[in-house]
Amino acid sequence: MRPEDILVPTPAGVCCKRGGFHIDPTRPVERALITHAHSDHARTGHGAVLATQETLDLMRLRYGENFAGSTQAVRYGESITLDGATVTFHPAGHVLGSAQIAVMANGLRVVASGDYKNVGDPTCAPFELVPCDVFITEATFGLPVFRHSDADAEIAKLLHSVALFAERAHLIGAYSLGKAQRVIALLRQAGYHAPVYLHGAMESITYYYANRGIALGELRPVRGTTKPELAGTVTLCPPSALKEVWTRRFPEPLTAFASGWMRVRARARQYGVELPLVISDHADWNGLTATIAATGAGEIWVTHGQEDALVHWCGTRGLKARPLDIVGYGDEEDGDGANDGGEEQ
Amino acid sequence: MNRFAELLDRLAYEPGRNNKLRLMTDYFRLTSDPERGWALAALTGSLTFTHAKAGLIRSLIAERTDPVLFELSYDYVGDLSETVALMWPTHFPSPLVGEGREGGSEDRGKASTNVRHLTTPTPNPSPQGGGELSLTTVIETLTTLGKAQLPQQLARWLDALDETGRWALIKLVTGGLRIGVSARLAKAAVAALADEDAQEIELIWPGLAPPYRELFAWLEGRTKKPASADPAPFRPPMLAHALDDADLQNLNASEFMAEWKWDGIRVQAVAGHHDNKHGGHLIGRLYSRTGEDISKSFPDLLDALRLPGAIDGELLIMRDRRVQSFNVLQQRLNRKTVTPKLLAEFPAHLRAYDLLANGDEDLRGVPFAERRARLEDFVARLGDQRVDLSPMVGFASWDALTAARKDPVAAGADAAAVEGVMLKRRDAPYLPGRPKGPWWKWKRDPFIIDAVLMYAQRGHGKRSSFYSDYTFGVWKNGEAGDELVPVGKAYFGFTDEELLQIDRFVRRNTTERFGPVREVVHDADQGLVLEVAFEGLQRSTRHKSGLAMRFPRINRLRWDKPPGEADRLERLETMIARIEQGQERAP
Ligand SMILES: [Zn+2]
Ligand SMILES: [Zn+2]
Repeated sequence: MRPEDILVPTPAGVCCKRGGFHIDPTRPVERALITHAHSDHARTGHGAVLATQETLDLMRLRYGENFAGSTQAVRYGESITLDGATVTFHPAGHVLGSAQIAVMANGLRVVASGDYKNVGDPTCAPFELVPCDVFITEATFGLPVFRHSDADAEIAKLLHSVALFAERAHLIGAYSLGKAQRVIALLRQAGYHAPVYLHGAMESITYYYANRGIALGELRPVRGTTKPELAGTVTLCPPSALKEVWTRRFPEPLTAFASGWMRVRARARQYGVELPLVISDHADWNGLTATIAATGAGEIWVTHGQEDALVHWCGTRGLKARPLDIVGYGDEEDGDGANDGGEEQ
Repeated sequence: MNRFAELLDRLAYEPGRNNKLRLMTDYFRLTSDPERGWALAALTGSLTFTHAKAGLIRSLIAERTDPVLFELSYDYVGDLSETVALMWPTHFPSPLVGEGREGGSEDRGKASTNVRHLTTPTPNPSPQGGGELSLTTVIETLTTLGKAQLPQQLARWLDALDETGRWALIKLVTGGLRIGVSARLAKAAVAALADEDAQEIELIWPGLAPPYRELFAWLEGRTKKPASADPAPFRPPMLAHALDDADLQNLNASEFMAEWKWDGIRVQAVAGHHDNKHGGHLIGRLYSRTGEDISKSFPDLLDALRLPGAIDGELLIMRDRRVQSFNVLQQRLNRKTVTPKLLAEFPAHLRAYDLLANGDEDLRGVPFAERRARLEDFVARLGDQRVDLSPMVGFASWDALTAARKDPVAAGADAAAVEGVMLKRRDAPYLPGRPKGPWWKWKRDPFIIDAVLMYAQRGHGKRSSFYSDYTFGVWKNGEAGDELVPVGKAYFGFTDEELLQIDRFVRRNTTERFGPVREVVHDADQGLVLEVAFEGLQRSTRHKSGLAMRFPRINRLRWDKPPGEADRLERLETMIARIEQGQERAP
């Protein structure tokens, strides 16, 4: 039996014919398994959706009640049989509810990892290594130049700036699902206890995280505050808002952006922020290569990002590897905004 | 080193001058000697060691990384130093295994274990054994290290630093450190440690050497001020207020003297004896208005400073005894290296306005009329054709001066480089800064045109939510009738209120977007007309219109004017032709 008999890459996403489902399909399908709620992986209009409870909740928050024909929640580690295949969901360490999906048939195991990171994150379950025969990996930061720093050191840099420029308002651009909440949680861990302000687009997801018991401390909407009140505060907003008229309500705003892309100067400059923070929700180069090696998989399929370098690296390690051309991943929030034009609307 | 690198990193992204200042002052406050002193030396360009070549860096990385991965990375990052800094293998220095983690294989087969520990960075021991690698160690080593040992030493340091540290180290070692901070700003940041004036530091600077322990000791109140040892110090210049025609009525013509205001760069030319007595050799220096030492760029003028003293004057280009326009001076200023050809083609000239010191005698307390007499004597004694007097403009009444200002050529001035006239009170001492009353600058009227807003770009820093950089154009004959051709860019001149109005206009009238740039509607009937003021025009092959404006700014918003009535390119061409003939400026 070949891996392709279990999962086949199609332009709409990977498809399991014997199980009658797609994983993270980019077009509407009858039965979809969703790794996590980022909008390029989780789309509306599918018939039946199987995902973790958190992923389903977050999809409901973003798309409304009727985002799918029917839904079914699955727990990490729970085994579900779908026609001729068995699937299990395992923590991916990417955002709240994110999962790698392992598909098994005839003793062969293929893991579709969605997006993942193998470093600590107070807002989601830690990445779980799933030994497998074929590992489908993302490659968002698939170049050796991407080695994300210790996120705590980046938070220390931010707090130093908050102390030094105590009269300015610090605006932190961060993706509204996952990154923003992680930054807030890290600020709390670092001993920052003042209220954290939220852009309107951040509110519902952040409150959802807080309701799931993640310690985010006191949160306040920016909405309804006066300019003097915001002096010396920290606000989380979507990266695109950093360029919007919205920022004018803040006294002497100092703009920061929390993203893995901030590692490369030309990229950071392109966003025009004063304080780039290298904080990513994706595995860095070391994380990708270490994970690939640790899964024990002999065959690696590489999806969105810098596929070339990772495929080449696999070759030097004697691993069979190929890029999967799936159109539509890494478009929106995914990939930390590689394609976010930063324009308002 | 990592701390210094962090400072450089922050400075690189911070656009605001005051914020840069605060970042540096904060660093100097929190860092101890001698580390901060070496940092100050790096920031002020006072380090002297032989720089490494880029080839060395390239071969170091080639020994340590897979060539395919290096090429892909370099291609993505676009900067060699940065690529090397980012992909330098920190855990496995042996060739070709640096990118991965050998540890992975141990975990193979262990189901459901967290691989988190695999990527937790392990602290790198510094090659010195104790503690983190310091900038001090780096610089002290570089100053004494033999060329042959450099590659190995550099590699050991790179092993010990983080990404930002490696980036700063490579830039430092290869001489590519460009931080966007002037030496003067760095000194101002040091001065701010003790609320001192940056000028005080400037005065004692020539007597100091890295790592400047005595400077910090003085600023922290531990010792007394280091003595000024500069034989040719910079003196803060006296500046004038702008004069409106209406102001004239309140001034008494008999109390003032007038001279031309030349359109070059204001400089201070200072010479003094090295040991402060008349036996030592003479040191000459040329300073910009802000106190930057620009001597290196003007060796031709430096030779002329053979008498101890300090002249306040204007740097100009003189050909065949005629002052050249600012456009010509600009061409010399644009060149980075000073070649004999450049010196011959663009001979520098000093036109003297004032004498601040004659030998050891400080003249700044003396009235202007007397200083002028001393200046005339000084220039005559110097007897060098590269230094001459800025002629006085005789006038009996304000009307007579008004006429001279309008037509300098008729009033005896030799060039198109007259920018206006300066009025100086006969009895005024030379005061640093911009005191109101003793000196007035009465500029000639700027050029004015009506142009049409074509594109708007978002600003930076505080202005990043505003479309504040404007490209404007004028009409010309095109293949399909009249079309707009861009003639310049301006990002100031407007009030905050006007900025809001233009920003609103841009957002509501966008026709296309290119990243941070928006194209706005601009046809004969719809669009925004901007009254643009500028100081000069020159021909330019880099611009589609064939010309470039000097110092353009938005003078007024002409909401009342339909774009079809804005100016045409022919008008600018007429202006430039007249400038080239040395004729009257403002039409
Ligand atoms: Zn993704
Ligand atoms: Zn994602």
